[in-house]
Amino acid sequence: MDFSLSMEQEILRNSVRQFAEKEIKPVAAELDEKEEFSYDTMKKMAELGLFGMFVSEKYGGQAMDYVSYIIATEEVARVDQSHAATVAAGNSLGIGPLYYYGNDEQKEKYLPKLCTGEALWGFGLTEPNAGSDAGNTQTTAVLDGDEWVINGSKIFITNASTRITTGITALCRTGTRKDGRPELSCILIESGTPGFEAKEMHGKMMWRASNTSELYFEDCRVPEENLLGERGHGFRQMLETLDGGRLSIGAMGLGGAQACFEMALNYSKERVQFGRPISNFQVNAFKLSDMALEIECARLLLYKACWLRDKGKPFIKEAAMAKLYCSEVMYRCANHAVQLHGGYGLMKEYEVERFYRDQKLLEIGEGTSEVQRIVISRLIGAM
Amino acid sequence: MSASGVKQVPDTETQIRIAPDGQSIVKDDIKWVMNPYDEFGVEEALRIKEKFGGEVTIVSLGPKRVTESIRTALAMGADKGVLINDPSAEDSDALATARALAAVIKDMEYDLIFTGQRGVDDDMGLVGASVAEILGIPQLSVITKVEVSEDGTSVKVERPVEGQTLTIESPLPALITAQKGLNEPRYASLPGIMKAKKKPLEEKTLADLGLDASQFGKEARKLKVLELTPPPQRQAGKIIDGETPEEKAAELARVLHEEAKVI
Ligand SMILES: Cc1cc2nc3c(=O)[nH]c(=O)nc-3n(C[C@H](O)[C@H](O)[C@H](O)COP(=O)(O)OP(=O)(O)OC[C@H]3O[C@@H](n4cnc5c(N)ncnc54)[C@H](O)[C@@H]3O)c2cc1C
Repeated sequence: MDFSLSMEQEILRNSVRQFAEKEIKPVAAELDEKEEFSYDTMKKMAELGLFGMFVSEKYGGQAMDYVSYIIATEEVARVDQSHAATVAAGNSLGIGPLYYYGNDEQKEKYLPKLCTGEALWGFGLTEPNAGSDAGNTQTTAVLDGDEWVINGSKIFITNASTRITTGITALCRTGTRKDGRPELSCILIESGTPGFEAKEMHGKMMWRASNTSELYFEDCRVPEENLLGERGHGFRQMLETLDGGRLSIGAMGLGGAQACFEMALNYSKERVQFGRPISNFQVNAFKLSDMALEIECARLLLYKACWLRDKGKPFIKEAAMAKLYCSEVMYRCANHAVQLHGGYGLMKEYEVERFYRDQKLLEIGEGTSEVQRIVISRLIGAM
Repeated sequence: MSASGVKQVPDTETQIRIAPDGQSIVKDDIKWVMNPYDEFGVEEALRIKEKFGGEVTIVSLGPKRVTESIRTALAMGADKGVLINDPSAEDSDALATARALAAVIKDMEYDLIFTGQRGVDDDMGLVGASVAEILGIPQLSVITKVEVSEDGTSVKVERPVEGQTLTIESPLPALITAQKGLNEPRYASLPGIMKAKKKPLEEKTLADLGLDASQFGKEARKLKVLELTPPPQRQAGKIIDGETPEEKAAELARVLHEEAKVI
């Protein structure tokens, strides 16, 4: 057994960490406060190469393995969750489906700009009435001559309404299967297509510097060839996309937990009450050691899931476990970290306040914790 | 063509512990990084290459782990690396280190050599100067600005001195030691990291370079470390009590005189 990372992975971690601390950290609190997506940091992340990490060089990607992608996401998440969300969704949900299911023409048309990060792409699955139950998609796409006519709406779609967004992939009902269940397919819709509107959502508690949108389709027409992969494969494509996406949400939980731990450790070594640093009280030292322990376990589980994926072995169960565990570890770490900061931890002046808010999404997005437990239960044969 | 000397040093955030021998530090659990001053040197070499063409070679002396720092420089955009990796060179002093670096560089075609103005670990600031001396070329130290002439035969540099700036001109080849402020080093980009995998990195022993191993290592040091001690623990401050400013001043004077014994 060999737990060491490759030299490239170590260099990558150092480089992304330095980058995030110098370029993102100084602006993260302000962007959160203003609830603003930054085109400036987006451009810098793009120049560093944070988009298209697992895509082959042919389409302008970095051709790195999944472990590397996850380490990079983890390091951005250690500094700011919103920026990590842009990276994770940009790669796993935006680029992923195009790369894995697109035909050559679609890939050549869209991927190069997405891989340089000049453009972003959204993945529209969730609807007002289809969240965990994504199979219940109501948005319809009807073939009329050589065009799809799309009607319906999507909600909470990341990266879908920035100035540089060039399109979205939408899961649509394209008919009825022989067994009576809906036939689902993914369709590519470019930004600016008449009948398609992406509206930025405001008032989020977390990921406030990440772009989230509602999408509306009203007799929106796109060419027939905008079908992604095969007709009727939409649901499977979506599930596979989420398997990979879960690893990047896991990376956000891991990086966020690491940040909370570091903040908590530093603060409790400096904060003196009753004449000694509060970290010297055993109840607090034990909180910190629990955090360190759980982060270690989370990292091993997540990296193993990525390793399985890189080796082409089954990884769905481990991906669900890693997503579930990493987000719950961050939940506990953020909670302990704020507790150790006392009243100061509730003030925006201390970054731990932002991590505490940002954490919550990880237990909801890309399959809630309950859904992950359903997935695991099925895979272990309990349900 | 330029060469850049790179040293690997403990990350400044690493907690340094003194080894039981009292003369060195515990190296097992240290996170090693490229010496920050060397990063300025690498960045400047890359900028000059981007303007004038040519190649940047990274040269370093140290154990295998230093490969990571060299690969980082290659990921930033340097073209090739040479690591002098020889157990007999372990614990060499600055002069021996310079001898080894110079032995690699002297056989290369070069116009400029960059080193950091000092290593953030030992704070000696000797290697750059010694390399220049051994190679018999001008040395421009603690430099914050570098301008190579259009025809590529000379260089004009700036060094901050006591609130003023000294501008120096020198023919090439020359050696420059980089100071903070010279530039903002780029990050190793992800595509850069992948490209660096395929760039040549040669490993050499002292014998490969025709050097005599007895001039290297701990025994050959001209400078011997006798003892390493941690910095003294900072004492808690003292607050001077008193009802009035006059009383406080009197008490302060008494404490400075009788307790601190500084006046
Ligand atoms: C900031 C943000 C970004 C997002 N980005 C995207 C995106 O890019 N693309 C996209 O498609 N979606 C995105 N989402 C949507 C996200 O994936 C959904 O919110 C999530 O899947 C949950 O769906 P829901 O909100 O409708 O909750 P519901 O499905 O209504 O769930 C409500 C509660 O019921 C529980 N529940 C539901 N079904 C069961 C069951 N069978 N057994 C037990 N409990 C159950 C859930 O676990 C949850 O606790 C984003 C959401 C947010 C907030």
